[in-house]
Formats: sequence, structure tokens, C-alpha cells
Amino acid sequence: MRGKHIVLIEDEPNIAEAISFILSREGVRVTHSASGAGALALLQTAHPDVLVLDLMLPDRSGLEILAELRAVPALAALPVLMLTARGQHRDREAAERAGASAFLAKPFANADLLAAVRGLARGGA
Amino acid sequence: MARTPLTGTRIRERRTAQGMRQADLARASGVSPAYLNLIEHNRRRVSEALLERVAAALGLDIEALSEGAEGALFDGLREAASAQGGVAAAAEAERIEEFVGRFPGWAALLAERQARVAALERTVEGFSDRMAQDPFLATTLHEVLSAVTSLRSTAAILVENDQIDPVWRARFHRTIHEESLRLSDTAEALVGYLDTLDEAESGLSSPQEEVEAWLAKHGFHLAVLENARAPDPEAMIAGVPELASSAARTLAAEHIARAHADAQALPLGPFVHALAEDGPDPARLAARFGAPLPRVFRRLASLPAAAGQPPIGLVICDGSGSFTFRRPMPGFSVPRFGAGCPLWPLYEALSRPMQPIRAVIEVAGRVPQRYLSYAVCQPVLPGGFDGPQVLEALMLMLPAPPERSLPERAVGVSCRICPRIACPARREPSIVT
Repeated sequence: MRGKHIVLIEDEPNIAEAISFILSREGVRVTHSASGAGALALLQTAHPDVLVLDLMLPDRSGLEILAELRAVPALAALPVLMLTARGQHRDREAAERAGASAFLAKPFANADLLAAVRGLARGGA
Repeated sequence: MARTPLTGTRIRERRTAQGMRQADLARASGVSPAYLNLIEHNRRRVSEALLERVAAALGLDIEALSEGAEGALFDGLREAASAQGGVAAAAEAERIEEFVGRFPGWAALLAERQARVAALERTVEGFSDRMAQDPFLATTLHEVLSAVTSLRSTAAILVENDQIDPVWRARFHRTIHEESLRLSDTAEALVGYLDTLDEAESGLSSPQEEVEAWLAKHGFHLAVLENARAPDPEAMIAGVPELASSAARTLAAEHIARAHADAQALPLGPFVHALAEDGPDPARLAARFGAPLPRVFRRLASLPAAAGQPPIGLVICDGSGSFTFRRPMPGFSVPRFGAGCPLWPLYEALSRPMQPIRAVIEVAGRVPQRYLSYAVCQPVLPGGFDGPQVLEALMLMLPAPPERSLPERAVGVSCRICPRIACPARREPSIVT
């Protein structure tokens, strides 16, 4: 994963810090945003390999952001790992419809997070 | 438990009160004494034609022998039969009367258990709704998951990485401390929240039922509201055992405010005087006092009990058809849950706002009961001229006049317990055969 670039949109600072640390140790560059506002602009300029997106953001729903970025041709194929706060079937179905590539239910094991991001960065959903 | 008087029992009571021998009544009614004996002991159903002959032989109206106050018990037992799903076929719904006659205590117990089961089902639904929709619980759950996620990831980093930079190590220790505190605070808030949910909020009866039970205890008349001075709703509802939930107390306070306004607009003395002069015609009373029809309906249904005054029932529903008020009429039980018969003039009024409807309704039953009904629906705009139009329909019920000058509508109580099997408005099968 060394040299890959990941955008993380997560409002919980301690979770974001832990994820950033875990990925950084693998040589991944992480750009973090704590809110959904301006997410699209950030993605269009950052050109990440993978987006790690929280479903429950305080200002906008992760699903809304996901649907929006799928409508942008340059981002339509961007692999997206969706973090669901509830991990419920209903949320997963909604995220699937909106175009999520993979899911991870909170609380997660760090190894699972790494495996999911690694899989998406390699091009597998 | 008191034995419930039934048709057969009533026949026997009336016959013995008149000193008539069973054989004489049997002969006058065209049946054998043995068969009449079975009927009098509620061991045989009596057809309407035979009941008419028996009533005629006893010199009585058929209504005097028909299903009355015990209708609610029958409804409860039919509900119990219908609530059993696949087992319902095993319950002999057509022999309810015989069951009640032979085992009145068991029948009352079963009906009471059915009411309790229905109430508990409501409680479960309430808790389920609360779990799914309560914003505090949703937020708290999110907080717990976030804190646990952070704790799990951070703790794993510390455990799995021996050679961790001291600055990062200190930062992660601080995170664990912060998240532990957050988890502790959230747990405390959750316990505090659950503690405030007193038992009364559990929905064992709906807030509306609590208010109706309180009003029923007062005969649906609150004498203090006749005073011109504005009532103190808090004082009126404080400590009232029936108003156990805060939602019921809120509804009761709203009822007090509206009933007081009704009482002041239609003062008791002049209103009762007008009632004696004009009879219980809501339109005449409305014209005489310059009051809207819904106000007259509500006032009629909240008068103090007086000798010679006919029983009055009132049902109010909102635009969705949900009942918001029920004053039962003897022999006519309004369903506790779900909607009533779609043929009620109440619902017709809902679809024809501002158009008053007067009709005699014949409610299906062992012996059909007749009532004179007045229905009206008045839209209101509580949010202003452009605001949403809120509909409220009211149906007032009075005893039907003996003459049959008005067209009569065949209605039921609700589809599940209605014997009019071929009714074109039926929305679900009936359990009554």
C-alpha cells in the first residue's frame, strides 16, 4: 500500500487519528476531513486511490456524499469504503444502492480495516 | 364476578316477573317448552323471528330482550378469537352467547385477558418505536459505538506496536482516557434517561384511553368548567390516578381548555332550556346560540346526567380517521384499536367537509341496534390561511326514534367482528359466521 493516497472523511477525531495512524504505518498518505462540507471539491483536487467515508456525519449523510460523487465522471469509479455506525443490514443496503464498494461496521478490528483498504487500493471491491 | 344477563336469561327473568309459566310462553311463541327451556338457559341460540314472537308474547319491545350492556363482553371474546390467528378456527365464535351463559366468570376473565394482551402488545410496539425513533437513544447509541470504536482501535495499536513513538503513545493514552470518560458519561446519561421513564409511560393503555377513563368516571361532565373563571388544568389533573402518563395529562389539559370554552359559549342553563324546547337537534341548537356544530356536538356529549335525558355517544376522528375522542353509547362499542366501520357517517363526513349528515344507523349484532346519528366535519387552519388544513369529523349518537321515517344504514362496529359477511365495504374477513 506504500505510496497510496487515501481520503478519510470521519467526524470523530479519535477514530480519525487511530485510522490515520494505522494507515500511515503502512506507508499510506492520509488526507483527513472532519466534515462532509466541501468533500466533493476535496476529492476532485486530492485524486485519492481510496475514500474511507463515515456514514453518520454531523452535517451531511455519507450516503448523500457517495451519491453525489458517483455522479461526477472523474469520481464514478473511486473505491469507497463505507464506515457504518450501526452495521445494520438496512444501512448496508442503502450504501450499496448509493454505490459503496465495501463496508466496515464500527467497532472494527484494525486488521479488518487494513485488509479492506488494501483490497480496494489494489482495485478489488 | 357478576353473571352477565343474556338473551335467554332475560327472557326467563321477564317471564317469571310476569308470573307466566314456561309452557304458556312456549305455546304463545310457537315452540316446545323443552326448546324454550334450552333457550332460557342460553343453551340454544334464538332466531330473530322467534325473539320477536317471544317479545310479543311477553308484551315487550324486542330491544328489551336483545344484546345490550354485555355487547362489550361479546366484542372482547370475538377479539380474543380473532387474535389467535390460525387457532381462531378452533374458537367457536358462533357459540359465544352459550359460552357466556354457561361460564360467565371464565368468559369475563378471557375478555379481560384479551384486553390485557392487546395492551401489552401496544407496550411492545411502543418500546419498539421508541428504540427505532427515539432521538436520545439514537444519539446515545451513536456515542457508545463511536467511543467503543475509538477505544478498540487505539488499544489495539498500543498492544500490537511495541516500538511506538513516545509522543504517539502519550496521545493514544490520552485518547483512551478521554473515550473512557465519554463512555462513562454516556452510560450515566442513559441510565438517568431510563430511570425517568416511569411505569405509566409504558403504554399499558393509550393516553387517550386514560383521558376517557378519567372522563367516564365523571360521567363525561366536569362541573367546575361551568364557572366563568378559567380553570386551573394542573390542579384538576394533579394526582388523578387515571391520568398516569404525561401524554395523558397533556391531552387532559387540552380537553379541559376546549370543554371550558364550549361551556362558556353554551351556558348550561340556557342550553338545557333550549334542549328541552327544541330537542337534541344540533343544527337548531347551533343556530339558536350562533355556535359551530362541532361545539354543539361536544357540549351535548358533556352535559350532566339528568333524569329523562337520553344517552348520548360521541366519536371524534382526525383527518387520518384515527379516533381522538370516544364517549361510548350503551350497546355500541367503538373499537379500541384500528378503525371503525367504513360505512359510518363519521367517515362520510370526513370526505364531505362542512356538509352535515343525519342518518339512522343500524349496527349489526345478534339483534341489530338502531341509533340516530349526526355527523359533521369542519376543517380548521390553525397555522393561518395558507397553513395546512386540519380536518376533524364528529359523529353524535342518540337513541333512534321509534318511527322509521329516515332511511336506515346498515353498518357494523368494525369488519373483524361484523356479521355482514357480504358487505361491499368489507376490508378484511369477519370472524363472525
